[in-house]
Amino acid sequence: MEPIIQVSHLTKKFGGFTAVDDISFSVQPGEIFAFLGPNGAGKSTTIKMLTTLLTPTSGTITLNGHNPATDASAVRKSFGIVFQDPSLDDELTAWENMEFHGVIYGVPKPLRRERINQLLKFVELEDRRNSLVKEFSGGMRRRLEIARGLLHHPKVIFLDEPTLGLDPQTRNHMWGYLQELNKSEGITVFLTTHYMEEADRVAQRIAIIDHGKIIALGTSAELKEKTGKSSLEDAFLEFTGKVIRDEEAGTVDAMRRRGQMWRGGGRR
Amino acid sequence: MIGSLGQPILFLLALGYGLGSVFQAAGQGNYFDFLAPGVIGMSIIFTAVFSGIDLIWDRQFGFLKETMAAPVSRINIMIGRTLGGATVATLQGIIVFIITLFFGFRPYNWALVPVAILFMLLVAFLFTALGNMIGSLLQDMQGFQLIMNFLVMPLFFLSGALFPIAGLPSVLTVVVKFDPLSYGIDSFRALLLNLGNFGLGLDFAVLAGVTIVFLGLGSYFFSKIQI
Repeated sequence: MEPIIQVSHLTKKFGGFTAVDDISFSVQPGEIFAFLGPNGAGKSTTIKMLTTLLTPTSGTITLNGHNPATDASAVRKSFGIVFQDPSLDDELTAWENMEFHGVIYGVPKPLRRERINQLLKFVELEDRRNSLVKEFSGGMRRRLEIARGLLHHPKVIFLDEPTLGLDPQTRNHMWGYLQELNKSEGITVFLTTHYMEEADRVAQRIAIIDHGKIIALGTSAELKEKTGKSSLEDAFLEFTGKVIRDEEAGTVDAMRRRGQMWRGGGRR
Repeated sequence: MIGSLGQPILFLLALGYGLGSVFQAAGQGNYFDFLAPGVIGMSIIFTAVFSGIDLIWDRQFGFLKETMAAPVSRINIMIGRTLGGATVATLQGIIVFIITLFFGFRPYNWALVPVAILFMLLVAFLFTALGNMIGSLLQDMQGFQLIMNFLVMPLFFLSGALFPIAGLPSVLTVVVKFDPLSYGIDSFRALLLNLGNFGLGLDFAVLAGVTIVFLGLGSYFFSKIQI
């Protein structure tokens, strides 16, 4: 079967810093694929290149038959995305946020209504459809973003650290949604995470990425077997080493912290 | 919106009544009347530029990100943002205008007030486009402080909003002539007080021309944003 995502020798440099270093992989349609790696590994950068938000320095990407760098519009219709940082409009209701998405993705009106209802029900938010998003907790916002990302029935859904900072119940529900979607709709799920148990539990294939390079790729069982370890966590540490990484706080991190000061709760 | 009205009102009260007698004594007439268009312009420029700069936050942590991943052209997003920002800034200007009425300001010809509002809209567009352009270029909020202090403040203070341009030394006069806001304030003064300096035609030409340039540049830089 033709892979739905094909990445070949993808590199991204920011000035002198190489965030993504010549990675290649492919994702099959209907697969749940995870990028597992520590912070600063290049996971978010890769997703941004796949989703047309950044242009690669070199290498090629094919998503649903199109190249994000040259054919952005066609690619954008093929995927939905749930970002690491929130992207909802706080001053609108859940319904209105979904409506807006439907309009800009060209979902026709009668279909929109039906799908919004169905999706809000799926993420268990249908009784809050007319509440303003600013009243929502972090977990509720996440769920709404998932519902929204699916509205236009994309072939692939990207999730960047989908359960970061969420409570265990919401995390559990999120994993349930992803598996359900994958099973019933055949939707390809591409997620990034640094939670072992998330990758282990949800993903069918895992790529371990560190310092911009893919250092291991396979099913959870294969990775454990390769390192002779019984848990994915130990296998991971075997691949990436146990030294603590000191990261430079980027401008985005600074803004995130400031946001948490000024906007109370911030993104959680 | 209500909170940001504080500054123009403060200016009106403090400067209008504070410097009023000095202005009068210098033979320039009613300072409060002179000041009113300036303060209207003030609320427009600050609101407009700020809405553009809010982009820096919005593109990482806000709704803008959703629109950038969507199959919508960047130009459309930019136009939408500019229209929205300009509308809010113009409304601010109108509210300040209404407040000046409460303080006794009266336009010399009410029929010209709608025209003045159109000019307010034009000024709002100009500065929202500028704000969007700056927001597209800056990487983080640190630059924002710099912009406010070294760009917007000078643009405001050197626009003839607070003092007449006529008596300025030639160096400053040149700067004033390069400041788009000067033409905006001048048009407000012309339409509300019949006290214009540059001529309404020139005001319109400069404002429209600069707005088009900023819209063009703003769209270009906006389209190049990488998150």
